[in-house]
Amino acid sequence: MKMKSLDELKKLREKAQETIRLREQEEGTKIVVGMGTCGIAAGAREVMLALVDELQKKNLKDVVVTQTGCAGLCEKEPLVDVIRPGEPKITYGYMTAEKARSMVTSHIVNGQVIGEYVIAREDSGD
Amino acid sequence: MREIALHVLDLVQNSLRAGARLIKVEIVEDTHLDSLVITIKDDGCGMERALLEKVLDPFTTTRTTRKVGLGLPLLKMAAERAAGELSIDSKPGEGTVVTARFQHSHIDRMPLGDMAGSMLTAIISNPAVDVVYRHRVDQRAWEVDTRTIKAEVGEEALTLPVVIQWLKSYLEQGVSYLYGGVVENEIS
Repeated sequence: MKMKSLDELKKLREKAQETIRLREQEEGTKIVVGMGTCGIAAGAREVMLALVDELQKKNLKDVVVTQTGCAGLCEKEPLVDVIRPGEPKITYGYMTAEKARSMVTSHIVNGQVIGEYVIAREDSGD
Repeated sequence: MREIALHVLDLVQNSLRAGARLIKVEIVEDTHLDSLVITIKDDGCGMERALLEKVLDPFTTTRTTRKVGLGLPLLKMAAERAAGELSIDSKPGEGTVVTARFQHSHIDRMPLGDMAGSMLTAIISNPAVDVVYRHRVDQRAWEVDTRTIKAEVGEEALTLPVVIQWLKSYLEQGVSYLYGGVVENEIS
């Protein structure tokens, strides 16, 4: 089983390298999910899995999902930051898998921040 | 926390904060011995004896964003509730090993939960760190090592949707095999 699945992975190699080359050419969007004990207990894993699934479905290759620890806003977890080049960092709170999916459509694809879910905005200073 | 798999993800976060480069997650389910043991071993900074002694106190944390650290105390409670225990071994500069044992059949044992989801989350959000996930259920064992994956497609590929999708199916298939699930391909 293992060998066969890894063979499938080998087939993805060229496709992967092509995408990585594309990514290097322009700065993409970064999504950061809070993964402290507080975030995990509040459902951060499901939010993270929904995000990567939605990005795959929408074929959004230049978006990277990563994680961070506790930001001290435990009661508002799961927290999700969206950082787009040249725009203020947007922090969404009380996220769920469904909210994360609609955020991808609205914010990442169409550039419309979902004000109702936002708990903080922060200018990058540049 | 409602699943042991969420505790595992939480422990992986501790290892990351300790600066680990390699995190080994092992789950051993033995129905004959009636035990479920999870072990998370890292090569992070480790803990001095003084911190090790008080790390199970909820009012101990190394972070500065809040004053409580509930991860380990919650897991200890979950293990003890299922006639098990939690142990921590740590050496400064070498790393930390956390082991939690549960009575497998205990009525109060938390379900293991979505291990594939927890491991996928841990792996893709920290592509620079290597993760080994070994899981045994009686006679059936399965493992995944991110070093093997990186050798094939490179580290950065772990952030690509197409590779994440592959890893998701790979993990789900592996876990399903452990519980007697039929896999599409023959076991080689």
